[in-house]
Amino acid sequence: MPDELISRRQWFALVPMSAAVLAAQQHAHDIMRAAKPAALTVLSSEEAQEIEAITSQIIPTDDSPGAREAGVIHFIDRALATFDSDKRALYTEGMKQTEATRLELFPNSKSIAALQPAEQIRLLEAIDKTEFFDLLRTHTILGFFGNPSYGGNRDLVGWKLIGFEDRFQFSPPFGYYDAEPRQ
Amino acid sequence: MKQFKPSEEVDFLVIGAGAAGGIMAKELSSAGFSVVVLEQGPYLREKDFEHDEIKFTRLDAMTNNMKRQPQTLRKSGAEPAKLQGQKFLQYGRQVGGGSVHFTANYWRLWESDFQQKSRHGSVAGATLADWPITYADLEPYYTKGEEELGVSGLAGANPFESWRSKPYPLPPLPVKSSGVIFERATKQLGLHPFPAPMAILSEPYRGRGACLHCGFCETFGCEVRAKSSTLATVIPMAEKTGRCEIRPDSCTRKIEVDTNGRVTGAVYFDANRREVFQKAKALILCANGSETPRLLLMSKSSRFPQGLANSNGLVGKNLMVDAGYEAFGLFEHPLNEFKSVQTTRAIHDFYEPDPKHGYYGGGGIDARFDFYPASFALSGLPKDAPRWGAEWKAMVARNFTRTLTLLAHATCLPQEKNSITLDPDVKDAWGLPATRVTFDFHPDDRSNMKFLLERQIEILEAAKAQKIWTDTADLALLPHNHLMGTCRMGNDPKTSVVDRYHRAHDVPNLFMVDGSSLVTACCQPTCTIQALAYRAADHIAGEARKAAI
Repeated sequence: MPDELISRRQWFALVPMSAAVLAAQQHAHDIMRAAKPAALTVLSSEEAQEIEAITSQIIPTDDSPGAREAGVIHFIDRALATFDSDKRALYTEGMKQTEATRLELFPNSKSIAALQPAEQIRLLEAIDKTEFFDLLRTHTILGFFGNPSYGGNRDLVGWKLIGFEDRFQFSPPFGYYDAEPRQ
Repeated sequence: MKQFKPSEEVDFLVIGAGAAGGIMAKELSSAGFSVVVLEQGPYLREKDFEHDEIKFTRLDAMTNNMKRQPQTLRKSGAEPAKLQGQKFLQYGRQVGGGSVHFTANYWRLWESDFQQKSRHGSVAGATLADWPITYADLEPYYTKGEEELGVSGLAGANPFESWRSKPYPLPPLPVKSSGVIFERATKQLGLHPFPAPMAILSEPYRGRGACLHCGFCETFGCEVRAKSSTLATVIPMAEKTGRCEIRPDSCTRKIEVDTNGRVTGAVYFDANRREVFQKAKALILCANGSETPRLLLMSKSSRFPQGLANSNGLVGKNLMVDAGYEAFGLFEHPLNEFKSVQTTRAIHDFYEPDPKHGYYGGGGIDARFDFYPASFALSGLPKDAPRWGAEWKAMVARNFTRTLTLLAHATCLPQEKNSITLDPDVKDAWGLPATRVTFDFHPDDRSNMKFLLERQIEILEAAKAQKIWTDTADLALLPHNHLMGTCRMGNDPKTSVVDRYHRAHDVPNLFMVDGSSLVTACCQPTCTIQALAYRAADHIAGEARKAAI
C-alpha cells in the first residue's frame, strides 16, 4: 500500500491539488494511522459495546481478524453521523427489539456483550431475518471491506482476508488460468 | 475555457455532457459554432476518481441518488407507483456522464438490427419497428467514434459482426482468467468467442496512456484517462476550440419556446439554486433516456400542453432497459478477477432472434466479474451459502478470487406501456416532479433471458466450474443503466418523436440525441449512441450553415 500511495501521488503531482483535497487525504491518513480508536460521536459506549458484540458474530475473530479488530463499530458510528444519519432511528428501535429478544432467550442475562459466544450466535439466528439485521450486516460488511478512510478495515484486514490488493497497476498474467501456457 | 453570458444567444445549447453531449459539443464547436453545455452534475477530474467502493457504489458520487432524485415504480398503469429504496434507473451525473463510469463494452449493432420488424414481423403487445436508417448510414460514424475516442478490439474475430470499413485502432486488452476459461468452454461447445471490444486503451493513444489494469472500471472513473470517456477525449477538444463552455452543477428545469413554437433557450438551476435562463438559437437534448423525456414533459406551455415535442403523446413511451440474467461459477484456482478491465471475452452466437424459438429475442454473453470487495461479501456467494458467521467468512475468503460471472446482454422489446412519466406527488430535491417509471418485461423478453441463462449454465458446465448458481431477479439486474427508446426515431411523425436526423417532428430547432432515440434495444448501447451523435452533429452543422434550422 505505501508504494502504491506514492505512485498515485507521483501521478497526480502533475495535477494541482486543492488544499481541501489534501486536507481530506491527510485526515483519512491520520485516522488510518491512529493508534487509539477515534471517539464515538453518535453511539454511547454502552450501545457501541452491544452493537459490536453482534458485528463480532457476523464477522467473528478466528485465525484471522474479525469485525472487532477491523474497527467496524467506528465505521458504523461515523456512518450514522454522516451519510446514513437517517438510519439512527432504525438502529435505536432495532437494538431495543434485539435486547428484548435476548431477554426472552436468556432471561437472566445482563447484556449481549456478556453472553457466551454460542448464546450470541443463537440470538443472531433469532433476528437474522429482520430489516435491522440486514442493515447491520450491510454496515458490518462495508466497515470490514470498504475503504479504510471510513474508519473500518483497519490495517486492511478485510482486503488481506480475501486476497484483494488495492493497487494502481497490475501486469498480466492476472490469475492461474491466464498464466497457463496457451493451447 | 470560454464563458458565455446567459443573455448571449449561443448557436447551440446542449443539455447533458455525457456520451452523446460531449460529442455534440466537440463536433459543433469545432465546426465554428458557439456552444454552451449544461450538466446537472459536477465537473470531476481524474484526481477525484479514487478506489473508494463506498463513495462510488453506495453514495452515488457519480450517479443519480435516490434521496436527491427519487424514483417511483409500477409494473403497469393500473397500479399505484411506489417510491423505491433501490434505484431502478441509473445514469451518470457529472461531466462525461455515463461514459465516465461505464464498463466500456463497445459493441456495434449488426446490419440486421436496423430491420428487426421487416425480418421478424410484429410481436403482439410490442411496438417493434425498423429504424429509419441503415447500418450503412451509421458505419462511417461507428468508425469515426472508434478512432477518435480510442477502442480496443480485433476486427473479424467475431464471425457474426457486420462489415467495417476499418479495423479497431487498438489491439485487444490482455485476456484474463475468466476470458481463458470462457474461450475454452465456448469453443468446446462449437461457439465463437472473441475479444470483447472495449473503449479502454490497450496501448498509448493520441496523448493518453494505456490501461494499467487497476481493476476499477465499472462504476468508477479512470484515474489515468485510459477509459475513453468523453471527459478524457472530446470534451477537452471542445473546450480548446474557445467556442464551447461546459457549465456543471446546472440542473435544467424547462425548455422555453416562443409564440412560433421555436425553442428560445432553457431555464436551469445553478449551483446555488438560482434560476438562470440561457438563450440559444437551437437546443440539443442529450440528457439520457430517462432525463430527456422527463425534461420534455416538464416543458409544458400553452402551445405544447402535453409537453414539448409530444403532440402524439409518445415522449417517454417505449422505454427499454438492459435485460439478462447472471450465472456464476466457482473455480479451483485463483482467477483474481478484481484485476484489470471487467470483461475480455464474449460470444454473439445467440444474438440474432431465431424464429424457431417461438418468441422474439436474442443477445450476447460475456465472462466478467462485477464485484468489488464489499459488494462481493454482500452478495457474491452461492444462494445456499450462510449469510454471516465463521463459515460465511471462510467462504468469502476462499471464493473472492475464484468466482466469475457470465452475464447475458439481451434484447428488450419496446412496449408503449413501459414509460417515463412525471410523478404527480413525489418531488426531487429541486422541487421538480420525480421520475415515475412504468415497466415490466414482455413475456418474450423473459423467455429469451431464460434461454440465454441455460446457455450460460452450459458454458459453466463445459468449463468444469466447481459450483454453478444463478440470479434470476424478476426485473433482471438492478439498477438498469441502459435507458433507451423514450423519444424514438422514425420517419412517421405519428409513430415517432424525432426524425432520422434526431430533429423533433414538432419543433424545428430542437434535437434529441441520446439513448432515447434508439428504435430497438442495443445490448450495449453506448457505441451506437455515440455513432448517432457523430452523425447527427454532421447533419446539424450542415443545416446550421444553410440557415435551415
